[in-house]
Amino acid sequence: MSIMIVVILFGSFVWKVPINDIDFRAKLSTPSFAHPFGTDDLGQDLLARMIYGGKISLAVGFAAMFVAVVLGTIIGAIAGMSRGWLGSFLMWLADLFLSLPQLPLLLVVIYLFRDSLKSVFGPEGGVFIMIVVVIGGLRWMPVARLVRAQFLSLREKEFVEAARALGASKTRMVVRHILPNALGPVIIAATIDVAAAIIQESTLSFLGLGFPPDIPTWGRILFDARDFLDIAPHWALFPGAAIFLTVVTINFIGDGLRDALDARRVM
Amino acid sequence: MGTYVLRRLLIAIPSLLGISAVLFCVMALAPGDPFGELATNPNVPPEVRAALREKFGMDDPILMRYWHWLVAMLQGDWGFSFVSRINVDTLILQRIPATLAIVGLSQILAICIAIPVGVYSATRPYSIFDQIANTLAFIGFSLPTFFTGLLFILLFSVKLDWLPFVYRSDLSATGLQWWWEQFKQSIMPICVLGFFQAASMIRYVRSAVLDVIRLDYVTTARAKGLGEKVVITKHVVRNALIPVVTLVALQMPAVFGGAIVTEQIFRIPGIGSLLISSILSNDTPVVMAVTFVFSCLVVLFNLIADVLYGWLDPRISYS
Repeated sequence: MSIMIVVILFGSFVWKVPINDIDFRAKLSTPSFAHPFGTDDLGQDLLARMIYGGKISLAVGFAAMFVAVVLGTIIGAIAGMSRGWLGSFLMWLADLFLSLPQLPLLLVVIYLFRDSLKSVFGPEGGVFIMIVVVIGGLRWMPVARLVRAQFLSLREKEFVEAARALGASKTRMVVRHILPNALGPVIIAATIDVAAAIIQESTLSFLGLGFPPDIPTWGRILFDARDFLDIAPHWALFPGAAIFLTVVTINFIGDGLRDALDARRVM
Repeated sequence: MGTYVLRRLLIAIPSLLGISAVLFCVMALAPGDPFGELATNPNVPPEVRAALREKFGMDDPILMRYWHWLVAMLQGDWGFSFVSRINVDTLILQRIPATLAIVGLSQILAICIAIPVGVYSATRPYSIFDQIANTLAFIGFSLPTFFTGLLFILLFSVKLDWLPFVYRSDLSATGLQWWWEQFKQSIMPICVLGFFQAASMIRYVRSAVLDVIRLDYVTTARAKGLGEKVVITKHVVRNALIPVVTLVALQMPAVFGGAIVTEQIFRIPGIGSLLISSILSNDTPVVMAVTFVFSCLVVLFNLIADVLYGWLDPRISYS
């Protein structure tokens, strides 16, 4: 995983072939010394494009995770601290969001808001902000439920009682005493969220509705490669394998964290 | 049992209402106007545009508009497709059987794989079989469906040339031949979706069975002298399936998301590909209706899961 991040972050300094360098002579060539991952139908170098796409994918993944975790923690904390109708209303809202069909909704939101955001933030930034906000905004529910469950048990513990006896305000109690103790499961959920967000972003690009066509994200490269499967399989295989490897490693870290933090190992 | 189902149905109504409200808000908040196209058309005088806005209630308060929209949806008046020039409900009814068939069959395939494999690996935890199954499941749910789909096409259609990679709804053959062709063209999409589902289900089934198998009543059943087979199938699996059903129901939105992707890869004429094509051609009524249908399907499958839940666990009272 760390190798992957290093390659993606610093690869563009080492591999200096520009992503838009069109070379029809090398069109659809298989992996060679000049183009380690081969080229696409315009002769653009795939390695360079994939390094660029990887930056976007990782950025989207982490940013969307951040949005989801912040939103989920806030909502979960409010729901966990309130003893009245607010908590049950927020959980009902979480259940409602859980039963929304995410991908269609994502597509609809992007379809409806694409143009206006583009005019405000420019084509790249607008789409980036929107994808991050929408993916993150549709993934806060598991985090919120986890945080709420943790809060419900933690707020009755003695150390919270002690803090209250010392005259701590409600905010201070939540931020300094309860929240740090509730973060374990949230970190695991956040790891898995990164993987899910990367998959969602590539799905969007694969459906042709993510970033604009001239920005080579991994999903977009796959989408373009789809029509050339019979003559240029390498074109689809490399970005696909990159998505798969990233997601596997992130999931693996999440699994390892869960095993490490969860003592309930069987036998 | 009947009243139980009815009660679940009544509980489903508020969530459908909530979903429709969310959808409507998204639509109402979105910039742009359904009459934007008319505004740029020089042949339409402004008075006509104003009259149209008046007629369709575009300037009413949002709650009124939501109410009108809801009533129209309930009456089956789903609007008119801008692109294909037919009513939206006919369009969706044409497309929905393909989607339901693919999703349903892939769920069945996933269950047929996941339950035996999950149970078997849970009865022998940390054996070689368990480790292989676990690794495969891990790989399976990390592989995005669009990549598995492309790999399948590459392997079975391009390299081996066994299966067609474009789904056709207008097969010319009849009788047995038709079924064979249909089978050949459906097997790849079903496998892609089914394997993805099976991979995450195996993990659920395995951990659920592991939780149940240590309970005292299983030891009792063994002590009574029941065969291992009966203990596992009759006593363990039935109880272990209860949490699995819940988790599978929670997965339904993801399944339909996967169905959209698979339909797009294999060019299946289902509602998923209808959604994509109408998004690409700015066909707003169809987009809204299809999204709503997807939500209804998700709620419907949740309902089925609830009913299954009641059947699996007699401790849940029906009253």
